[in-house]
Amino acid sequence: MRLAEAVHLPVTDLPISAQAVDANASRRSMRFIDEFRDGELARGLAAAIRQAVRPDRDYRFMEFCGGHTHAIARYGVTDLLPPNVHMIHGPGCPVCVLPIGRIDMAIRLVREAGVTLCSYGDPLRVPASGGLSLLKVKAALGRDGNTPGDLRMIYSGADALAFAQQHPERQVVFLAIGFETTTPPTAVLIRQAQALGLRNFSVLCCHVLTPPAIASILAATEVRQWGSVSLDGFIGPAHVSTIIGTRPYERFAEEYRKPVVVAGFEPLDVMLAILMLIKQVNAGRALVENEFSRAVTRDGNHRAQHLVSEVFELRRSFAWRGLGELPYSALRIRQAFADFDAEQRYAVRYEAVADHPACECGAVLRGVKQPRQCRIFGSVCTPENPVGSCMVSSEGACAAHYSFGRFADAAPPAGADFPDSPQASG
Amino acid sequence: MKAVRQAYIRPLDLRHGCVEMSHGSGGRGMAQLIEELFARWLGNAYLGQGNDAAVLPAATGRLVMSTDAHVVSPLFFPGGDIGCLAVHGTINDIAVMGATPLYLAASFILEEGFPLGDLARIVESMARAAEAAAVPVVTGDTKVVQRGKGDGVYITTTGVGVVAEGEDYAGDRARPGDRIIVSGSIGEHGMAIMAQRENIGFASAIVSDTAALHGLIAAMRASGATIRALRDPTRGGVATTLNEIARQSGVGMMLQESALPVLPEVAAACEFLGLDPLYVANEGKLLAIVAPEDTDTLLQAMRAHPLGRQAAVIGKVHADAQHFVQMTTGLGGRRIVDWLTGEQLPRIC
Repeated sequence: MRLAEAVHLPVTDLPISAQAVDANASRRSMRFIDEFRDGELARGLAAAIRQAVRPDRDYRFMEFCGGHTHAIARYGVTDLLPPNVHMIHGPGCPVCVLPIGRIDMAIRLVREAGVTLCSYGDPLRVPASGGLSLLKVKAALGRDGNTPGDLRMIYSGADALAFAQQHPERQVVFLAIGFETTTPPTAVLIRQAQALGLRNFSVLCCHVLTPPAIASILAATEVRQWGSVSLDGFIGPAHVSTIIGTRPYERFAEEYRKPVVVAGFEPLDVMLAILMLIKQVNAGRALVENEFSRAVTRDGNHRAQHLVSEVFELRRSFAWRGLGELPYSALRIRQAFADFDAEQRYAVRYEAVADHPACECGAVLRGVKQPRQCRIFGSVCTPENPVGSCMVSSEGACAAHYSFGRFADAAPPAGADFPDSPQASG
Repeated sequence: MKAVRQAYIRPLDLRHGCVEMSHGSGGRGMAQLIEELFARWLGNAYLGQGNDAAVLPAATGRLVMSTDAHVVSPLFFPGGDIGCLAVHGTINDIAVMGATPLYLAASFILEEGFPLGDLARIVESMARAAEAAAVPVVTGDTKVVQRGKGDGVYITTTGVGVVAEGEDYAGDRARPGDRIIVSGSIGEHGMAIMAQRENIGFASAIVSDTAALHGLIAAMRASGATIRALRDPTRGGVATTLNEIARQSGVGMMLQESALPVLPEVAAACEFLGLDPLYVANEGKLLAIVAPEDTDTLLQAMRAHPLGRQAAVIGKVHADAQHFVQMTTGLGGRRIVDWLTGEQLPRIC
């Protein structure tokens, strides 16, 4: 189904918000983005969803990806849904599923092996053992005298490679995290490093896979046996599916009888996917459907898949925060590229560390609890001082609810409507 | 008896010369730097007194004083540089109190090896900004730190102004029903810096909005509208500034996303970098909280001034014990517009 079909508008009539709002020249207007955030189309979709839902039942859908969680919270999608449609946040946030022991490994690389660790911003804030985080280690660099290493925040793995080229005197390690979307770029980096003959670049590989995580949720006792968590379907990942295609989800539809709709990360994508899921549930169907057909095919990106399999192989097992040890759920660097594997080069081993006893990140990541049901949500655990990883990344369920949605936990204040009439002055 | 020969002092080499440790030592080197560079551009009767402090005529009314350190990187960016930014930043802090800015003091921390030519450009830019704003730099200081211990130049400016009795703009005066006005499109300064730093080609058209706002504020005061609070949304952007006012006043706010003025190139650059224009710094914009009945009067006065042409009502104040700043999204849902967490863009001003 395309967006326009769902709300009975021809594509050529998609109102661009610059026109829809007013003629103010400084109004934002981004073609091919604003169309997917348009208020008028959203109202049309919301009406279609209201018409489609059966009032005698609840619908519980999990959006697997943190990108969807973020879009739902940031655009207030929940406000446009009927009260019997519930969105459950899934574990698809790469920072959130990193166990404490993995961050500890990165810290040991800096403090003991003396490497220059290059990391994206979010992992720096994840709490590690002993009250540490990479950010705290960074702040204390040079002060405690016995930390020979360094820490750099980067926006792209390519920055880490470039830094290694510019600083042959330093050993540079890239902390590689992420699902299937970010894996091909890491594979490219490792191949480039090999081609350049770089002796001072390696990767701490924490790349994980989406399908085993979905399988783990569907096989969980809360879902299968106890029935304490009921799931009627999944919104499948957007960017991950551009790489792996929609085929890997077919077994969830067949084996577990759960419909899956792969959707883009814009709010209207999410709403359309919800409508498609509701229609499947009502019709008793469990199929894999593709809302994100502008970017995703059934088979995915062969070239990227080939590149990944050339550089990486499956790990026998990998510890996920919240989901525990999952077999064949993550990647490690192949022996042919062992020189670029920081785990091998520095002989750092993963050691399991228990989460904070009050932290409910595990239950939140499995969809068993909502962020506000955690005792320390918003009190001890806030984005400024995160205790659990779900409060760190803006894609984390707790951070998204805290930053965008926690007003819903309080009674709505009076006089909060703006504009009062259809459009305020100005 | 022969007269002592007048020593020849080689003029500062503004083309190839660099800041040396001697330029901060208090000796002849420093005197030369002050004379040939700082005094040349910034010179005025007060600075020319040449004493340890400037002696100024007493002003009537209440004194308003503010200070601001500037550490922006890069030092030169589209639309400005650290020099004019240091002048505008402090003038704006004084002006949003409803005060007339009168004098500035400036202190420079220079890094050994910094090109004198760049320093001259910065000081010249500062002088032009101060002259355009009619707020002279009346006293200053220079220190030099070793190579590697600074980042070219840091500038701290301190300003003094006067405000009449009864003119009290403060963050704790917003009341339910008040309207929130922004003076123009948001996020330009932060994104101009970021585009330069990240080398984003398509965003190179973004120009910093750095400007002195006291003229616009004078026009707003002259309109007679009941203004409760004024603030310039610098670091942390509009979102953080509104949260400060909401907390100080003990109120909530509701914004309308579609009413926020954002230039298309700023929106695109923010989208590209995963940033939210509400949290990006401005250096030539202000937020005004105005009594509901005076909203149109104030808006008209603002739009008649060159720095307020794009002024828009973006939201409303309401009673809320939680002091949430919320927003109706373009999609039609609601969300919180929270305090900025962590560091979105470091070293932008």
